[in-house]
Amino acid sequence: MELTVLNEEQSPSTEGGCSASACGSSDDQLAHLSDEIKQKVHNHPCYSEDAHHYFARMHVAVAPACNIQCHYCNRKYDCANESRPGVVSELLTPDQAVKKTKAVAANIPQMTVLGIAGPGDPLANLDRTFETFRRLSAEAPDIKLCVSTNGLALPDAVEELAKHNIDHVTITINTVDPEIGAKIYPWIYWNNRRIRGKKAAKILIERQQKGLEMLVERGILVKVNSVMIPGVNDEHLKEVSRIVKQKGAFLHNVMPLIAEAEHGTFYGVMGQRGPSNEELMDLQDACSGDMNMMRHCRQCRADAVGLLGEDRGDEFTIDKIEAMDIDYDAAMKKRAIIHQGIEEELAEKEKRRAALAAVKVPSGPAVDNKHFRPVLMAVATSGGGMINQHFGHATEFLIYEASRDGVRFISHRKVDQYCIGDDSCGEKESALAGSIRALSGCEVVLCSKIGFEPWGLLEEAGIAPNGEHAMEPIEEAVMDVYEEMIKTGKLDEAKSEDSQMTA
Amino acid sequence: MSLSIIESCVNCWACLDVCPSEAIYEAKPHFMIDAKKCTECEGDHADPQCATICPIEGAILDAAGDEVNPAGSLTGIPPEMMERAMAEIQAR
Repeated sequence: MELTVLNEEQSPSTEGGCSASACGSSDDQLAHLSDEIKQKVHNHPCYSEDAHHYFARMHVAVAPACNIQCHYCNRKYDCANESRPGVVSELLTPDQAVKKTKAVAANIPQMTVLGIAGPGDPLANLDRTFETFRRLSAEAPDIKLCVSTNGLALPDAVEELAKHNIDHVTITINTVDPEIGAKIYPWIYWNNRRIRGKKAAKILIERQQKGLEMLVERGILVKVNSVMIPGVNDEHLKEVSRIVKQKGAFLHNVMPLIAEAEHGTFYGVMGQRGPSNEELMDLQDACSGDMNMMRHCRQCRADAVGLLGEDRGDEFTIDKIEAMDIDYDAAMKKRAIIHQGIEEELAEKEKRRAALAAVKVPSGPAVDNKHFRPVLMAVATSGGGMINQHFGHATEFLIYEASRDGVRFISHRKVDQYCIGDDSCGEKESALAGSIRALSGCEVVLCSKIGFEPWGLLEEAGIAPNGEHAMEPIEEAVMDVYEEMIKTGKLDEAKSEDSQMTA
Repeated sequence: MSLSIIESCVNCWACLDVCPSEAIYEAKPHFMIDAKKCTECEGDHADPQCATICPIEGAILDAAGDEVNPAGSLTGIPPEMMERAMAEIQAR
């Protein structure tokens, strides 16, 4: 497949550059939502790119049973080093889940959202899922509740979901075409039978679409997740995006397929590849004309705890939470103060962003009538919207695009390869090589500090390391560097060959 | 006559929820079927429900001791492909 690459030959109005609604000074994919929806999602780390630097989430693994099989999932897996959906280390009872949630909320006051995401399908575990929600809405009313589902059981659960005041639901919709569905779902459990092939996919698709419509009717926010599977549903996801938007989903999250033989999944064993960073980005751009796209998803575990991209689950194992004595009323007061502080910081950031939008790229005799290409920059951050992480400590980078229209968030890229399990768990390649590969297509990497060795290797790869903006807000620093590149004539030159797509 | 669950069970609870006879119970190291209560779903369903929802190939045996869902029947992965992949991984 031909990759669309951001380069100097391309006008920013073509796809792959700066497409449609995601374009402009705002990198916030929620910018054009109604105020009512914004109010609902502004402190939800999974729905707001801004919020995810500040607010944390957790999943409780109370839902082990599943009613379908997906070709990217293996129900046997449980590895503490794995980070991907469907994987958990410790299954919880609803009672343990409530205790854990309160313990995390008290210890990580930035935690605003509790989700039930598996490891099976939450709505195939109705009693365990709803008992957890029922108790939490009574005992910890300051926590938002959300749930994700494959959609098969959704229409029957909508009434109950509405009762528990759950205002966010995520449905994984990989296709609206049974032909394609049959290549993704080998079977479903439906009306007491195991149903296979196109017939199964057709039922699943109908139930997903019906569930989506029912949720929207009741004013429950719906996000749609799709797994991008090259050669199976990649092109088709543009249509999925259009349809789910038309039906009222407020956000679409296209995620890359994770498939390794070590995972023992159908796709992994059969050698189905996942998309490259660039293919994913191009598809997200192509969908963004029709839909608000989410680009900061970390595809976290069904028992993840903490900010997106981090997992503090180890601090809250069943043994440890049993030993904790949590005064939740006191915790709630502290949480309210901290949330207020973050809200103020976010409001401040919004103001700065508005100011940034007014910043014009410098013009003068030398730059008149010249088109400057957009530039991708990678940022090492440990949260707070700041450039505050050492290059060598980064397990992921946030990728931003600077252009004459401003700065927008593109995606995150993981450095570490997924755990390959068993005694073969080891370093496949040096972390440094992994970092550099993760940065393909970027021209600059911003971090708080960087060592001598990586500095040289990055330069060799055509990526300019930059530690001059340590502790500065990300977007402003990215814009500063972009302006500097224009001033120093960097953007007059053709983009170096090395920094083009290599991975 | 009764079905039975063997050690490859991953304790996902799916079977317990769908058993019409409440014959399945949580146990260590894996869920078990009470042979006295199990009816093989006769009179309730066309197929035994535990084996109909179970996602793990080989984890449930029928009354004759045969796997209800043999290797490859649920994941679609041909057993020889799985063996080859596992051998490659172990050789690393």
